[in-house]
Amino acid sequence: MGISVEGANKSFGDFQALDDVSIEVPDGSLTALLGPSGSGKSTLLRAIAGLETLDSGRVLIDGEDVSKKPTQKREVGFVFQHYAAFKHMTVFENVGFGLKIRKWKKEQVRARVHELLNLVQLHGLADRYPSQLSGGQRQRMALARALAVEPQVLLLDEPFGALDAKVRKDLRTWLRRLHEEMNVTTIFVTHDQEEAMDVAGQLVVMNKGRVEQSGSADDLYDKPANEFVMSFVGEVNRLGDNFVRPHDIEVVRDRDDSTEEAMVQRIVALGFEIRVEFVLGDGTEVWAQLTRGELQRLELEEGEIAYLRPVHAKSFNGSAPPDPQGASTPPGPTDGGDAEVSAAA
Amino acid sequence: MEAHAAQHPAATRSRPLRLPRVGAGLGRGLVVLWLSVIVLLPLAALLDESLSQGLAHFWSQVTTPQAKSALALILVCSLIVVAINAVFGTIVAWLLVRDDFPGKSFVNAIIDLPFALPTIVASLILIELWGKNSPVGIDIALSRTAIVVALCFVTLPFVVRAVQPLLMEMDRDMEEAAASLGAGGLTVFRRIIFPNLLPGLAAGVALAFARALGEYGSVLLFAGGTKNTTVASILIGQQIESGNESGAAAISIVLLAMALVCLFLITLIQRWGTRHERAQGAGAGGLVVAAEDEERE
Amino acid sequence: MSSSVGNHAGGSTTGGWGLRVLGLGYIAVLLVAPLILLFYKTFEEGLAPPFEAITSSDGLHALKLTLITVAIAVPINTVFGIICSLLLVRHKWKGNWLIDAALNLPFAISPVVIGLSLFLLYGKHGWLEPGLAEAGIKVLFSTPGIVLACIFVSVPFVVRETVPVLQEIGTEQEQAAETLGAGPWQTFWRVTLPAIRWGVAYGVVLCTARVLGEFGAVSVVSGNISGETQTLPLFVEKNYQNFNLPGAFGAAVLLALLALAVLMAMNLLKRKEAA
Repeated sequence: MGISVEGANKSFGDFQALDDVSIEVPDGSLTALLGPSGSGKSTLLRAIAGLETLDSGRVLIDGEDVSKKPTQKREVGFVFQHYAAFKHMTVFENVGFGLKIRKWKKEQVRARVHELLNLVQLHGLADRYPSQLSGGQRQRMALARALAVEPQVLLLDEPFGALDAKVRKDLRTWLRRLHEEMNVTTIFVTHDQEEAMDVAGQLVVMNKGRVEQSGSADDLYDKPANEFVMSFVGEVNRLGDNFVRPHDIEVVRDRDDSTEEAMVQRIVALGFEIRVEFVLGDGTEVWAQLTRGELQRLELEEGEIAYLRPVHAKSFNGSAPPDPQGASTPPGPTDGGDAEVSAAA
Repeated sequence: MEAHAAQHPAATRSRPLRLPRVGAGLGRGLVVLWLSVIVLLPLAALLDESLSQGLAHFWSQVTTPQAKSALALILVCSLIVVAINAVFGTIVAWLLVRDDFPGKSFVNAIIDLPFALPTIVASLILIELWGKNSPVGIDIALSRTAIVVALCFVTLPFVVRAVQPLLMEMDRDMEEAAASLGAGGLTVFRRIIFPNLLPGLAAGVALAFARALGEYGSVLLFAGGTKNTTVASILIGQQIESGNESGAAAISIVLLAMALVCLFLITLIQRWGTRHERAQGAGAGGLVVAAEDEERE
Repeated sequence: MSSSVGNHAGGSTTGGWGLRVLGLGYIAVLLVAPLILLFYKTFEEGLAPPFEAITSSDGLHALKLTLITVAIAVPINTVFGIICSLLLVRHKWKGNWLIDAALNLPFAISPVVIGLSLFLLYGKHGWLEPGLAEAGIKVLFSTPGIVLACIFVSVPFVVRETVPVLQEIGTEQEQAAETLGAGPWQTFWRVTLPAIRWGVAYGVVLCTARVLGEFGAVSVVSGNISGETQTLPLFVEKNYQNFNLPGAFGAAVLLALLALAVLMAMNLLKRKEAA
């Protein structure tokens, strides 16, 4: 079931959470909503589920306008960041909740719940209470609960946000495989670009209530639409009006017309990867990512002079000066133009 | 953006609303109506009665020697009682949180006895222990000391239960840091522990004080209504019995006003108590709604 | 000084003997000794005298009236308390502070004053008297007045215990139920209510204790007529004043036992809530 959102607006008091947002999610895809906190990604997800009512705009699931439908009729599976486990119910009762609401027969419920517990590898824990599970197990239970009712679409709100790094990586891989198996249209929200690129086929980058860009991971990384996307999906240096990724800076010992002089400030070895920090003549700080071999070949030492040549520099005309944090800069090109249009729907 | 947000005043309402909007309105109407009928209407009748014969009459009723002495007596006794319980309540709370002794869970449970035991029964058992039949030979019944003892009995849990959670939450690190900086036991208590307990202690003391001001049952048999031991609530009871309703109502209003001041202080103390936690969150510029959304993200 | 803060080892700090003697001595003298003495005095001459006093017709009537009062006032306050808590926590409204303030009143007002207020409202010159008299309803000196007084004094308990629990559980579980297809009623019965049940139960226990033992307010509105409008606490007082000590002690022991049951229930519920 494809999902589309058209011209969605939502504000909380003075805070504009969604500002004329439109997205298309193709049937059967695995899409990530990516953005810093406060970018509106969770609000958008909750609006698709009906947990948030839009001020204006439409949500379509499989071509049908569901904007007026209450949550319980939208047939969506929703997984919450903090699991939202029913604490007074066992794992079995949690997973079977939606089926019981739908008045399934007891044996059917039992069969379906066990099928799902097998799928999420929680068989044997059916009689435990959520408090007796680890974070990862709770999240898998929440996923099984959402999947039990065979939802048209699966929505996950920072599903791995509360888990530690190791469990998180395992669950990522596992979610990708699960999606391949079930093939249900899935949207998940994350602020972690690596997670988004690892799991999702399609990414939607949001900032300040707007969609900045959507596309595949390669599209976003190689052809960012603006400075925000460029800095959010990877590391970036600024050289004048140009932006360049640290691995796209070539370091040489001889000057020519295309290079800029720089002094080596610090060399940090991070295993195979070496991070070399430079300062330019005008005081700009830049860093380059080298391999161990490259560093040995260049024989760089701290305090020495070297020459930098940006390889794939990009410039976004008229864009605002970059912000080192990347998150709080308003995207220049689109700013101001959208506010008037947004009330139209 | 500003103008856009203004078009949607309803957007400030946070989802999800558990009852449908009509249900919420209906429920709210019922709650307000119920509280009005049960609580507010009788109090309005009381106020009306107290003023039914004019302000001068009201004033004369609350300034009779009897009324003045009853009000002064309960005020003084309540102050003494909360001072005693502030000290002993804190000690007991401290023992329950930081100490380990046999029977601790029993003590922890028995603290609530005055909440559970009917006040008239409290009065009865106190007079048996400290009255003319006292097995230890101490007879304080029908004296002012009896008022203090009875009030100590009924208000003890307020202080203990207000201090206990604060002690439990208190970071031991702070005390250890202070000790590592050379502070002795008493200094640690005075400089570190006590200031942190103060909001809870103050709230507990205020609650205890409000309760003591109006206490009736536990004082009735034990301290009685003799010339020297008639507190405000007992005097009100006597006035009702003798048919002086407007007098009873007038003294009631004064007693009520004292309790309301106390209640107001409790609210202030609670605000003051949460000051620290608030100061941390206020940095964002006070945009509460935005902060809520931030959390959700 | 038997310092109690100097010792950090293992987290179990000793209170010091000085503090122990003071704190536990205070509890023993103030709370425990009188209670023990009550049981001793009551059963000094065997089980028969107090038993006879309670099973006298006046005693039984007082017990029955007390139980009726509990059976009416507690359920009413429970339902009201749950609805009121849901409104206060889940539905922001600018009048909520007023509801909150009104709920504080019964704790701050003397029981006698509460009794007097009801006495004046429903009494012979009261605002409601004409209408009620016409309808043939007698409030004062009869069961409705006693019940009203008990509802007044115990109205805040369930709300006060339920609100923090409701705040703590948040709305995520309810939203999850919604996404799984549960309607508002199903969500309330299957998710919200079970999640707050121990908090509600704690409030119900406190409310019950207060209704069982209410004396001041009831003594004003009931008229304290033996065998008619006498609840157990009033029975204790009347018998004591009339020097019928077995009666007073018998009923007092009964109320004390109920209080101990309440204490046990409170303890149990606190543990359930913490789990």
